[in-house]
Amino acid sequence: MTLKTTIGAMEMRNPVMTASGTFGYGVEYADLVPLDRLGAVIVKGTTLKAREGNDYPRMAETASGMLNCVGLQNKGVEHFAEHIYPAIKDIDTQMIVNVSGDSAETYALCAERIDSLEKIPAIELNISCPNVKHGGMAFGTDAKAAAEVVRAVRKAYHKTLIVKLSPNVTDITEIARAAEAEGADAVSLINTLMGMAIDAERRKLCLSIGTGGLSGPAVKPVALRMVYQTSRAVKIPVIGLGGISNATDAIEFMLAGASAIQIGTANFVNPHVGAEVADGIEDYMRRHKIGDIRDLVGALE
Amino acid sequence: MNEIQHKFQLKLAVAASEMLSERVAHIVLTDDRPLPAMRPGQFVQVAVPDGGVLLRRPISIHDISEADNTLHLLVQTVGRGTHSIASVKQGDEMDLVLPLGNGFPDMTEGRVLLTGGGIGTAPLLYLGRRLKANGCEVTFLLGGRTAKDILRREEYEAVARVMTTTEDGSDGERGFVTDHSLLGREQFDAVMVCGPTPMMKAVARWASVPCYVSLENMMACGLGACLCCVQKNHEGHNVCVCTEGPVFNTNELEWK
Repeated sequence: MTLKTTIGAMEMRNPVMTASGTFGYGVEYADLVPLDRLGAVIVKGTTLKAREGNDYPRMAETASGMLNCVGLQNKGVEHFAEHIYPAIKDIDTQMIVNVSGDSAETYALCAERIDSLEKIPAIELNISCPNVKHGGMAFGTDAKAAAEVVRAVRKAYHKTLIVKLSPNVTDITEIARAAEAEGADAVSLINTLMGMAIDAERRKLCLSIGTGGLSGPAVKPVALRMVYQTSRAVKIPVIGLGGISNATDAIEFMLAGASAIQIGTANFVNPHVGAEVADGIEDYMRRHKIGDIRDLVGALE
Repeated sequence: MNEIQHKFQLKLAVAASEMLSERVAHIVLTDDRPLPAMRPGQFVQVAVPDGGVLLRRPISIHDISEADNTLHLLVQTVGRGTHSIASVKQGDEMDLVLPLGNGFPDMTEGRVLLTGGGIGTAPLLYLGRRLKANGCEVTFLLGGRTAKDILRREEYEAVARVMTTTEDGSDGERGFVTDHSLLGREQFDAVMVCGPTPMMKAVARWASVPCYVSLENMMACGLGACLCCVQKNHEGHNVCVCTEGPVFNTNELEWK
């Protein structure tokens, strides 16, 4: 039985990845889950220059989900390369950097710096963050803008390029096709759905900037539908995420057409969930007599 | 303070659970194996038994008894999550991630005032016990709206002297902890505080000695990954309460 999964030029031991912004740099979870049971860790969104992010409060729990408006707080790509990369480069899983920016140029410069880091086999281009004023989701909600930023990054970055898509669009397949046409090796979806929470007693918005990104089990049916549609619209691999909390959820995404999956909010609830999902996928393959994980992708009857 | 401390996700047994007042439960947890070492001021992330609640709830460590291998939590019911946690029964199993955060400074001498309001008094018991054992002279100043809010007084009295204030005057001096006559008559070498933010800010303004406060910002992971629980520090940077705190010297905060 093999769970080996290939995305672009990157090979993973299994299709289980942790989603950016929910798993820090991996080391935060090292005591609680064996990182070598994961296919890949996607580290916190990184930008060319340091960002403070938005003010507190940045989260609100909602029915079967949560909203966040962190706003890409990070110390910038140079800090990452100098101080964080040395501490994580030997973790025994694929370490992927999520890259964000506010113009095609800053995306490309950030990606170029990551390109020089030997043990980072891939980046995930975040054109879908709903919590920043400039850039972020603006690039992911317009096919022309998406094409422009992917083109710029593709020139500057030579390893595996994953483009993370926003669900806050009329037709996600249009953006996926634009990314594919500009040379993306894979697309990952969905980023968070833009939402809002209000405290009725205090008559106040719950989040500092009013809106935030919704994640968790609440978004799973939307994500599943978009993965299904997108995997039929592009030839490159689709990485599915959105509310995956257990192995059954993960398998549903793979049956919908995902070649790999990411676990996000569930890491907060159960830090060990990544290993449990990997074990559960193996168990499912045994029960269903599937020898190669690739035979599960899109295998709806 | 800074030795490497590992985190654990453990299923612990509820050895006892009782309501101390209408809104506060005292939950005693134990395990067959020795519980990991925990420092005063650290916290645990408790999985909510009610499956309709997603995120864990951060709860401060109220007390530790190494003799009977127990961890004590005080849980005030605020919303659906804390109501569900407060309703656990003896024999139930709870899923915790622990120990988290940095804790209060481990002082070994001097006169220390430990003050808190309402449920904020919870972490002070284990803290007082530890500081007393270290050789500090400890005073508790516990505040509440009314006498019923002064929780587990005998336990605090068994450790050190206890002063109280209540807003209605039903226990101790009337007013807030910052109104207590003790503050005008005695000198301390450090003050450690946990309670509502306005109360902690008032204590911090009064204190002319090092003042440590325990913050309770909303958080998702408790591990420094989600970056939701941030607080502005004195340099204007957002720092995680879960990993850089929850205890801060007020000089490190954008307060005062």
